Amino acid sequence: MNKILILFAHPRFEKSKTNRALLKNIEQQEGVTLNDLYEQYPDFNIDIDREKELLQANQVIIWHHPLYMYSAPPMLKQWIDLVMEHGWAHGRNGNNLKDKIIFNTLTAGGTREAYAAGQHNNFTIREFLIPFEQTATLCKMIYLPPFAVHGTHLLKAQDLEGYARLYRSLLEKLAKGEFNIEFMQRFPYLNDWLSKETGDI
Amino acid sequence: MSGTFLHDALIYLAAAIVFVPIAKKLGMGSVLGYLLGGIIIGPFFLGLIGQEGKDIMHFAEFGVVMMLFLAGLELDPSTFWRMRKLVLGAGSLQVGLTSLTCFALFLLLGFNWQTSLAIGLALSMSSTAIIMQTFREKGLTKTQSAKSSLAVSIFQDVSVIPILALLPLLAVAVIHKTSAGPSSFIEDLPGWAQTLTLLVAANIVIGAGRFIFTPFLRFIARIHLRELFTIAALLIVIGTAYFMILLGLSPALGTFLAGVVLANSQFRHELESDIEPFKGILLGLFFIAVGASINFNQFISNPLMIIGLVCGIILIKAAVLFMTGKIAGLSFDQNMMFTVVLAQVGEFAFLLFPFIYQLNILSVEWTDTLMGVTAISMTLTPLLLLINERLILPNFGVKEAPEEKEADSIDTQHTVIIAGFGHFGSTVGRFLRANGIHATILDNDSDRVDLLRKMGFKVFYGDATRVDILKSAGAEQAKILITAIDSPETNHELIEKTKEIFPNLTVMVRAKSRIDAYELIDAGVESIYRESLDTSVRLGVDALVKMGFRRHTAVRAGQNFIKYDEEALKRLAAHRHDKEAYLFKTREQIEVQEQLLANDREVNPTLYDHAWDSDLFEEKFSEEKSGK
Repeated sequence: MNKILILFAHPRFEKSKTNRALLKNIEQQEGVTLNDLYEQYPDFNIDIDREKELLQANQVIIWHHPLYMYSAPPMLKQWIDLVMEHGWAHGRNGNNLKDKIIFNTLTAGGTREAYAAGQHNNFTIREFLIPFEQTATLCKMIYLPPFAVHGTHLLKAQDLEGYARLYRSLLEKLAKGEFNIEFMQRFPYLNDWLSKETGDI
Repeated sequence: MSGTFLHDALIYLAAAIVFVPIAKKLGMGSVLGYLLGGIIIGPFFLGLIGQEGKDIMHFAEFGVVMMLFLAGLELDPSTFWRMRKLVLGAGSLQVGLTSLTCFALFLLLGFNWQTSLAIGLALSMSSTAIIMQTFREKGLTKTQSAKSSLAVSIFQDVSVIPILALLPLLAVAVIHKTSAGPSSFIEDLPGWAQTLTLLVAANIVIGAGRFIFTPFLRFIARIHLRELFTIAALLIVIGTAYFMILLGLSPALGTFLAGVVLANSQFRHELESDIEPFKGILLGLFFIAVGASINFNQFISNPLMIIGLVCGIILIKAAVLFMTGKIAGLSFDQNMMFTVVLAQVGEFAFLLFPFIYQLNILSVEWTDTLMGVTAISMTLTPLLLLINERLILPNFGVKEAPEEKEADSIDTQHTVIIAGFGHFGSTVGRFLRANGIHATILDNDSDRVDLLRKMGFKVFYGDATRVDILKSAGAEQAKILITAIDSPETNHELIEKTKEIFPNLTVMVRAKSRIDAYELIDAGVESIYRESLDTSVRLGVDALVKMGFRRHTAVRAGQNFIKYDEEALKRLAAHRHDKEAYLFKTREQIEVQEQLLANDREVNPTLYDHAWDSDLFEEKFSEEKSGK
């Protein structure tokens, strides 16, 4: 049984239909802890000790955030800068996060097609996420492809429900350990891995 | 002699302990409790204090002497200057008009003009003691009526001196010899010389204040022994009183002048804080003495005359006061309060009537009668206040509950109640309103209630600790009660009632201080907001910035400090009960400060930021390299 920690960073959660759908009753799922950073630290004054304890108690970490200007909201950057510090998360003696699984769950207004060479955004999501990937690597963690919800402005209620179900099944598989890391890492998105596994969408 | 003193002290204290809580429980305020206590222990009922038929001044005297010292000390020149228009305008109008009307009344009753004038002047005085105690107890010291009452009482206090100087001129016959007391030379002098003596004596006291008392106190203050300072102050007071007795003048006048002189010295604030704890006790003693001094025999022998006089005088005073209040621009509610609080004959009458008698202007029977009238009128004041509060204001003044709207308008249930809309509560209310949350407001200042209603707030007027008002404000349906009342005692009372009657209401409390916050924690309150914490830290942060700190570093240091301080508050609150000994508040305050200062050294302003600190990083990095 893997315990999962969702590090959620959204400055306007109350206005985000997509994220509300994704996270609705999420903590009822077994083994899942939601750490709502903007709610927890409204003044950006992150309690490093608390965060470290949470990280140590969980095997799967999720950076869950909207994609703003090709990156995460500032709270998550601040969290990374302060919590994943040298000597604890990386460096010679920084082995506290070693072999833990980490990936991004993100929501983006643009469609999946727009994130490609020669398209509107010129680069793929995976390319934009390189700093996250290298941070994870630096901390000796296992980095997985992202779980993404694209074109959020166009989604209807039933689409949102579909994504919410998908996210839940992802968390369930991760919790139960029903996955093969090398196989997962072959897909651009975890969404793709899931449809391969289950055969739907 | 000491046996009598102990005996008297025992009875006074016991009376206060028994009767004040009863009066408070019945919702009548402490003044009435003290007065009733005095009446019961007085010569007419239990006869524990004084003997029947004895000069009533004898047992009221100590209280009066100390009361007038306090009244003198309250006369601070800066207050006087700030309120000079109100003091001179409303004060002279009240004293002048009341004196004139009473003068006319007593002329009609068949007295000669000298006597009538003397009586009129004495009756125009109101009770500073009642004013002080009433407004303080009701938490109304900042209202318009309190300000106007203070202004009028300042004028009265000041005018006592010229009145005392003037009275000997009205003397028509030979002066009465006072039977007891040290021999004085004033008695045999003609009226004009007495006036002169009084003026000279007053000037001697004032002169001594400037050229002897103040240097003396400065010398004592340099010794840095607090109790010696208090002793020196008392020495001055009693010395002045004794000097006046030697001259054959009133000792109460002496202490009053000493109070005024000390109020004007640079030591005013030290004296005030030294005397503050005694103030309530002295006021209480004074009220007990007044109660004890009421001569019921006199009342029984001629009830109609006494009732007539009391009612007549109160009515005249009230009419004049109401008019004065109207001219001073008070609203109806404030004016009614102002009128009722000042409508009695005050403690200065206890000083003036014996003096008038001594000057042979008034017969002994009438002196006794009028002093009885004074005491009764003071006793009636708390009752009149109660009538005003419960019957007159709710029906004719600002309504307790807002006017019902027409049936078709939808009344949104407000889920937030704010009790107290002073500078603290109003900021909370404005902030909530700016974010679309409309709160129901409870306040006891009728002027403010009026204004807020005009601005469209839903305001309930009255004492927030009254359950019926809380209910009509919707406490049963509301989610949050914000108690922002200035007085911690009232806040505590409100919290207790809320817990008992509305257990589902979340209470968020304004705390005046750290000690106040401790008590709130003990009362089981979770959301406590110390009014001085955030602002002080914000100022500290800005000070750091001015000292060259980077703004962001300073702000984070401030955030950490607040977080740390809140945690320390909870920790120390629990720790507080480890000590078995009961500590005085001031002592506790000092101890808390010590603890805090010792612990504060542990707060590291960059507690959570070491990842940003490149020095630290370089250190570690070089360690690692050398390790390899």
